[in-house]
Amino acid sequence: MRLQKFTPQRIWILIGYAAAAAALFSAPLFVSDFRLNLLAKFLAFAIVALGLDLIWGFTGILSLGHGIFFGLGAYAMAMYLKLEASGGRPPDFMGWSGLKELPLFWQPFQNFWFAVAMGIAIPALLALVLGYFTFRNRIRGVYFTILTQALVIITTTLLIGQQAFTGGTNGITGYQTVLGYSIGSPDTKRVLYYITVAALIGIFVFCRFVIGSRFGKVLRAIRDGENRVRFIGYNPAVYQMVVFTISAAIAGIAGMLFVLHVGIISPSMLGIVPSIEMVLWVAIGGRGTLIGAALGAILMNWAKSEFSTAYPEGWLFFMGLLFVVVVVFMPKGVAGLVSQLKFRKKRREQKHEGVRNPAV
Amino acid sequence: MEVFLLQLFNGLSISSILLLVALGLAITFGLMKVINMAHGELIMIGAYSTYLTQNLFHDYLPESMFDWYYVLAIPVSFAIAFVFGLILEMSLIRFLYGRPLDSLLATWGVGLVLQQLARSIFGAPNVAVTSPAWLNGGLKIMDGTLLPYKRLFIIALVAACLIAMYFYIYRSHEGRRMRAVMQNRDMAACLGVSTRRVDAMTFAIGSGIAGIAGCALTLLGPIGPSLGTYYIVDAFMVVVLGGVGKLVGTVLGATGIGMFNTLFEYWTNASLGKVLVFVCIVAFLQWKPMGLVAMRSRSLD
Repeated sequence: MRLQKFTPQRIWILIGYAAAAAALFSAPLFVSDFRLNLLAKFLAFAIVALGLDLIWGFTGILSLGHGIFFGLGAYAMAMYLKLEASGGRPPDFMGWSGLKELPLFWQPFQNFWFAVAMGIAIPALLALVLGYFTFRNRIRGVYFTILTQALVIITTTLLIGQQAFTGGTNGITGYQTVLGYSIGSPDTKRVLYYITVAALIGIFVFCRFVIGSRFGKVLRAIRDGENRVRFIGYNPAVYQMVVFTISAAIAGIAGMLFVLHVGIISPSMLGIVPSIEMVLWVAIGGRGTLIGAALGAILMNWAKSEFSTAYPEGWLFFMGLLFVVVVVFMPKGVAGLVSQLKFRKKRREQKHEGVRNPAV
Repeated sequence: MEVFLLQLFNGLSISSILLLVALGLAITFGLMKVINMAHGELIMIGAYSTYLTQNLFHDYLPESMFDWYYVLAIPVSFAIAFVFGLILEMSLIRFLYGRPLDSLLATWGVGLVLQQLARSIFGAPNVAVTSPAWLNGGLKIMDGTLLPYKRLFIIALVAACLIAMYFYIYRSHEGRRMRAVMQNRDMAACLGVSTRRVDAMTFAIGSGIAGIAGCALTLLGPIGPSLGTYYIVDAFMVVVLGGVGKLVGTVLGATGIGMFNTLFEYWTNASLGKVLVFVCIVAFLQWKPMGLVAMRSRSLD
């Protein structure tokens, strides 16, 4: 990583980041508990957006299936929480479906750290396997996107169908404690909030590091011209696989944090529509800029919670229109608007320059 | 033996529906590299057109003529979906030419808007379309096996559409221009083919076929605003599996997916069946990444 000069612009950006971090850390002081919970949920979504931006904004691979990775992480943590609540005995929904004892693959989830490890490992493994079998055959672009969509469908169908093991359409809910602390108490929620903020900042720094390294350069090269990258001698498939896996792991972490805050996970939260909403957050915030993706996620979710309470039917309408407008008119998103305006100003200045010195 | 025949017939019926849904998609994608996520909503538009035609016949024409509404509904669904597709292409898709991922997202947005519109106009609950009386009942093959006339009709309809598309693509001037643009867009433009018109026409025809699919789906169950979303991902898989550029590929892809879906669902249950089909498709794509029947061209992509 090369050392970057501390130009005034960079100092302003760093100050901006520091201010944002300070604001996030001090939020519990002036925000009510309910809104703090909402904010924590938005931050979990922002983490997913970072992962999605890593793979879409920087590598050019659109994945409409990130809901699945998010959901798998969430389900891993949910299984642990449910077992905590039922004290190691089979949970209630298993009893309803006629299962008498805890299935084998549920038993290790009684351990918190195992659940965390699985929450990161399972999505990453799934992404690695899918990535291996697709990128290796140069299946990319739209075909890959369709395959991720199909993955979403079959995973949701599987989760709903295997009701005895996964709780079916109702999902898994009814948690009471996490690591011994009551999950409903405001103190636990505050600690969980701080953990979420720390995770967001940590993953942000990690993504920045990945982007700034040589690996990140190759990723951007793959986005801009995959064939040329191949001609130079790199194997794009390896890079695509690795970044897909990292992105899925990030989504898994976000899922685990999400379920700790929201207290329920069901197949409808990881299906096609949530996956596409994640893409919309990144598109609006600005793909290709990490801060844009995170801001886009927070803003869009805040707008959704405000809007849906006022006009529940209009929200889908608005989202569809927003999709069309953003894709056609603002491909770089809101974060890109700033650079677009700067570019326009520069061009206007250059034009006046030319008029003032016609001999040049 | 009867069970086997019944499963075979079910597989064929599902394949025919998938083929009808995927035909328009395959043609559009093969030509313009645009994945139209609003395709499901165009199917829904076709279904609602049938519903409207039925209501018109019900309100204004004598009872005896009611059953013939279906014969009129097929071209009406085609026409209305055709117009919607044309408007969509001329106002939106045209600007997203060459950006397949962006057009995917933009058409998804359009699909959402159309779904909401349908919900506000027709209401969220499903509406029932009464099928014409001459389609009730079935064909008795052996004792115990009844092949419903509705499904037979749909298979016949799909076959007719396929033949019509074949004649359009391979035996008409417009079709020749379409094939030229599909194989080498720039060269076709240099030779005087108006790619803009070919794009618009092809997209509109693909949408029209989706409308006919919607009309066919009214025979199978109630219709609602989210009718399209159920079939759309399967249609995409047909396109991915069958390859783009040739009708044969789409036919084979649809048959393959329909048959295997029925087969696996019969062996295991519905959810595991879908997983197995997906795994088979990904496994097959290892062997032939461009799909079953791929159009070979000299360009690298």
